[in-house]
Amino acid sequence: MQVSRRGFLKLTASGIGATTIGALGFSAARAVADVRLFKLAHASETRNTCPYCSVGCGVILYGLGDRSKNARTEIMHVEGDPDHPVNRGTLCPKGASLLDFIHSPSRLRFPEYRAPGAKEWKRVSWEWTIDRVARLMKEDRDKNFLAQNGKGQVVNRWTSTAFLAASASSNETGFVFHKVIRALGGVAVDNQARV
Amino acid sequence: MTNSWVDIKNADLILVMGGNPAEAHPCGFKWVLEAKAKKKARLVVVDPRFTRTAAVADLYAPIRPGSDIAFLGGVIRYLIANDKLQHDYVRNYTSAAMLVREDTGFDDGLFTGYDEAKRKYDKSTWNYQVDRDGMLRVDPTLQDPNCVFQRMKKHYDRYTPELVERTTGTPKAKFLQICEAIATTSAPDRTMTSLYALGWTQHSVGSQNIRSIAILQLLLGNMGMAGGGVNALRGHSNIQGLTDLGLLSHSLPGYLTLPTDDDADLKTYLDKRTPKPLRPGQFNYWSNYPKFFVSMMKSWFGAAATKDNDFAFSWLPKIDAPYDVLRVMQLMNEGKVNGYVCQGFNPLSSFPDKPKVLAGLRKLKFLVTIDPLPTETSEFWQNHGEFNDVDPSQIQTEVFRLPSSLFAEEDGSLVSSARWLQWHWKAAEPPGEAKGDLEIVGELFLALKGLYAKEGGAFPDPVLQLAWPYRIARAPAPDEVAREFNGQALADVPDPKNPGSLLVKQGEQLPGFAVLQADGSTACGCWIFAGSWTQAGNQMARRDPSDPSGLGITPAWAWSWPANRRILYNRASCNADGAPYIPTRKLVWWNGAKWVGNDVPDFKADSAPADGMQPFIMNAEGVGRLWAPAMADGPFPEHYEPFDTPLAKNPFGKILNDPAARVYADDWKAFGKPDEFPFVATTYRLTEHFHFWTKHARIPAVLQPEAFVEVSEGLARKKGIRNADWVVVKSKRGQVKLKALVTKRLPTLQVDGKEIEVVGLPIHWGFMGQTRKGFITNTLTPPVGDANIQTPEYKAFLVNVEKA
Amino acid sequence: MALETQDILRRSATTMESAPSARSFRPEVAKLIDLSRCIGCKACQAACMEWNDLRDVIGTFQGTYANPIDLTDQSWTVMRFQETEVDGNFAWLIFKDGCMHCAEPGCLKACPAPGAVVQYANGIVDFQQDHCIGCGYCITGCPFDVPRLRKEDSRVYKCTLCSDRVSVGLEPACIKACPTQALTFGSKAEMRELAAHRLVDLNARGLAKAAVYDPSGVGGTHVFYVLPHGERPEVYGLPRDPSVGALVGFWRSGVARALGVATMFGVLVAGILHYMRYGPLEVPDESGGAGGKEAQP
Repeated sequence: MQVSRRGFLKLTASGIGATTIGALGFSAARAVADVRLFKLAHASETRNTCPYCSVGCGVILYGLGDRSKNARTEIMHVEGDPDHPVNRGTLCPKGASLLDFIHSPSRLRFPEYRAPGAKEWKRVSWEWTIDRVARLMKEDRDKNFLAQNGKGQVVNRWTSTAFLAASASSNETGFVFHKVIRALGGVAVDNQARV
Repeated sequence: MTNSWVDIKNADLILVMGGNPAEAHPCGFKWVLEAKAKKKARLVVVDPRFTRTAAVADLYAPIRPGSDIAFLGGVIRYLIANDKLQHDYVRNYTSAAMLVREDTGFDDGLFTGYDEAKRKYDKSTWNYQVDRDGMLRVDPTLQDPNCVFQRMKKHYDRYTPELVERTTGTPKAKFLQICEAIATTSAPDRTMTSLYALGWTQHSVGSQNIRSIAILQLLLGNMGMAGGGVNALRGHSNIQGLTDLGLLSHSLPGYLTLPTDDDADLKTYLDKRTPKPLRPGQFNYWSNYPKFFVSMMKSWFGAAATKDNDFAFSWLPKIDAPYDVLRVMQLMNEGKVNGYVCQGFNPLSSFPDKPKVLAGLRKLKFLVTIDPLPTETSEFWQNHGEFNDVDPSQIQTEVFRLPSSLFAEEDGSLVSSARWLQWHWKAAEPPGEAKGDLEIVGELFLALKGLYAKEGGAFPDPVLQLAWPYRIARAPAPDEVAREFNGQALADVPDPKNPGSLLVKQGEQLPGFAVLQADGSTACGCWIFAGSWTQAGNQMARRDPSDPSGLGITPAWAWSWPANRRILYNRASCNADGAPYIPTRKLVWWNGAKWVGNDVPDFKADSAPADGMQPFIMNAEGVGRLWAPAMADGPFPEHYEPFDTPLAKNPFGKILNDPAARVYADDWKAFGKPDEFPFVATTYRLTEHFHFWTKHARIPAVLQPEAFVEVSEGLARKKGIRNADWVVVKSKRGQVKLKALVTKRLPTLQVDGKEIEVVGLPIHWGFMGQTRKGFITNTLTPPVGDANIQTPEYKAFLVNVEKA
Repeated sequence: MALETQDILRRSATTMESAPSARSFRPEVAKLIDLSRCIGCKACQAACMEWNDLRDVIGTFQGTYANPIDLTDQSWTVMRFQETEVDGNFAWLIFKDGCMHCAEPGCLKACPAPGAVVQYANGIVDFQQDHCIGCGYCITGCPFDVPRLRKEDSRVYKCTLCSDRVSVGLEPACIKACPTQALTFGSKAEMRELAAHRLVDLNARGLAKAAVYDPSGVGGTHVFYVLPHGERPEVYGLPRDPSVGALVGFWRSGVARALGVATMFGVLVAGILHYMRYGPLEVPDESGGAGGKEAQP
């Protein structure tokens, strides 16, 4: 006999007396107990790497559903990857709560813009944002690009716009971002190696 | 890390100093406890605070923040004075025998060649002595007064246990106990591993802290050994990768360097960077610099980089000075920076001297943040009450906040601190309209390129010609980019040893950096990553955890740069004859015909021990450097006080602070004096949080909900502070209000005849996220960096603490 | 998943004198907490909340690294930090608190609601909230002060030793997460062996009085400790000699049946009261977690 909590409450609503009276005889026949249903039984598994520190722990992301076309995977649990030679399935408190990072209520969902002097954000479209940022970057680059220094040496650098690269983003992002910055002549670029 | 996380289990002694792995790297720290449980290893912790690492240590000693060189110098002196050296190793594998110029010297805190006005050294007198063939002069007996060993002995003779105690506040008995423990690992069959992180680097003398441990480990013969090494635990998940890929103002991928103004053409640039061997018969791997560089330019600019145009050399920007974050903040304050594109990162929270950062950001014309979360930086213009008290109407910066995906929503690779490139797989879509970083960068670049194609503008060539070989131009796919940085052959590459056969065929993925060419026939975005995605596929995605040697090498798990080598300098784990020093921990060995092993030999595979090639093949000297003439502030580490120091005088000499550290004119007045700010503070992370991210996540917010400052019982008594009282912590830069944790774990130290209290400041809170709102800790930290690489001095500064 | 009588050793307020017992080779499980390897990182605490879909309130700083500072209905395990002196030396004692899963569980014996507390053959003591009447006797009966009443639903909660994971052959979530093997999980016999081995190492490191805490007063426990300062369990906040109070004897005595009837009457009343108080028994939101009203600070 399997009685979920919800089912049990419905059952009691109609038969509190019956439950109790059944127990009056101390009947072992009712000696069942429920453990919670194992929630990963049909979850999909994806191997990933913890994004926090540089131990590089392997994690398994458990997703709701079987990845069929009409299902949108929702990550519902994160656990250490037992095959990983370094963390061997273990996680620290941050890694063990990655689920709450992925689903943080503060996650940004659309581009926002704050105009000069404004007190609030305004929701904007991606197209507008990319066009506007590209325009501002080009204006600044065209105005301040230094082709030659005071000694007449070719230097081709742009110092008036600075860049920071995220040390938690992938090598692939870092590689492309780097070549874009250098193609523009950027020299003011840094990452979190020092801070 | 020179070694790896799992390799820690091979150590006989673990020295944790300048780090706190139990809190900052718990899953890596497990291998410390494994070494303790399975190998009877001892754990020694030296830290200003009794940390959660110290809680499981066999031996703990407190130390005053910013006095590590005094401590380590004292250990070096102890080893020399008590003859606790790995003699064979010191003689053969270090620069101990090399002669330095007779006119180099050191006097009362300064090395020769100092220019006080420029705060810079002329380093020419620090050079080695060379003979007529340009080879270094050596004295194998180590007796010549100008040999590095004798110079070192003399330099560290002043670092007596008494002076160490007076400077560091570490009780002499504890210090000597630790010296004895460390000295045991000078035996050829015993090793010590050094685990450090930002506790050593975030000082004005940070680089010299690391030099100190490097010297120590060379003297003990612990470099290249299983269970040895100098292991930077590092911070972010891909900080190693971003550094490998050269995302620093002066760098290019694979530790190549950006040209400077004087590098007029490719030849000048390459000649300066392609060293010649300094000892007979040495390998000198950097002699391949032209191959690495030309292959990178072919990767970046494709067909537009030709032999005739110096492979587009002039398209690269040339750098006149470092543009590290401290300098960029200075330039911003001077009104010389108009735009700031922050892909990730949170400068308002994480840079030192928040008031200066805020003043800089206000002067920007535009700020772009690309992040999954709303950072404090993105809201620098917003009034958040006492935590960020600004008037938005007075701030004219245009701000763009672009939502990006996070790790679970992308494919890609990250490099762990053990240099492992590990591939990860996407599990879900990002929320709302959020996009992957690659797509955001791609769209932004294409928009710029479109504008330059249409309108022209300043030097459009590199923008228009940048290689962009992606199936979907606006959204480069991670797998194509990964293939790109591994590199491929642009033409058939013949094998010089076997005429008629090829090293690699045109169009094939490169098997490794050994096949790179300087003639434009190979493209490789980052030479040290060559081999990560070969013809055999994605090596970073390998998932075989087997460990045939039992040493934790796991050669088929993911892929490690360089060349899938797991322990750097591993040739040095063998004696001169090529036999392992520790037969039970064999990494590599000479089998009579070539070098083989459990790890990939870090050596020329066919160079017989009799040839006399030395093991440190990335150094022109061929050996480990005890003497480092390229450092900005001296060839040997010397103790200098932090810029916010509680002492009026440096106990070691007349020079108070690092003489080569860069200080902007306005910033001299930003340093505090002990009469006003009597306590020594240090900042750090707690195990429950990761920087300023996890305050946005519920469970970590539950585990550490609110800002606090840790103070000693002595300080609490002096100031009438009880546990959990509200207090104000002030520095010369600003002040924060938070609750106090009164603890026995923070010491009252006796330093140079006075009582020094240490104050501990976790960094995690701010005005965004789910935790209680808090002040930004970096309101208090000083705007000065390390003399060599400008890492800010977050770890030692002065504050006052008062009851609120 | 329902566990049948063969899987259940004991059930509160129920006599099971001849429970089927053919499965005699079911190993008793145990969690060993080796405090000498614990770094107080709270990975266990985080993993417990995450796996069990619990989210405690975001509190305030209370003058300690511990947070929450005590067990709650949402925090089934917490880390405690204590600065003290042992044998004249400073010691920072870090202690993981939570249910001990006693072999003679005081909670089960004190519980008047049939089947609200069960003990499985593998030794896990589990609460069945759908049988719980919220009377709180288990709280009084527990020598370790573990169970916590949830105000919102008037049921009592505590660590299940992840009975859902153990039932499919996995270790509990806290065990899996622990980065330093301060927590290990296996059969009780294996864990005893491991504990003995650990004592040898600790003795060699100068902790001569290190000891195993597996108190006989409650018949031994399925969560037990290696204590570096084993001669003084009270410095960790553990009772030196815990026992199940007079209540237990009461239940086992000849008056059990009479008392049982009386209690059943109590259950009936409590059930009705529960119905009256909480109204139509539709469950509004079983998922809990972030966003639920109980989730707010």
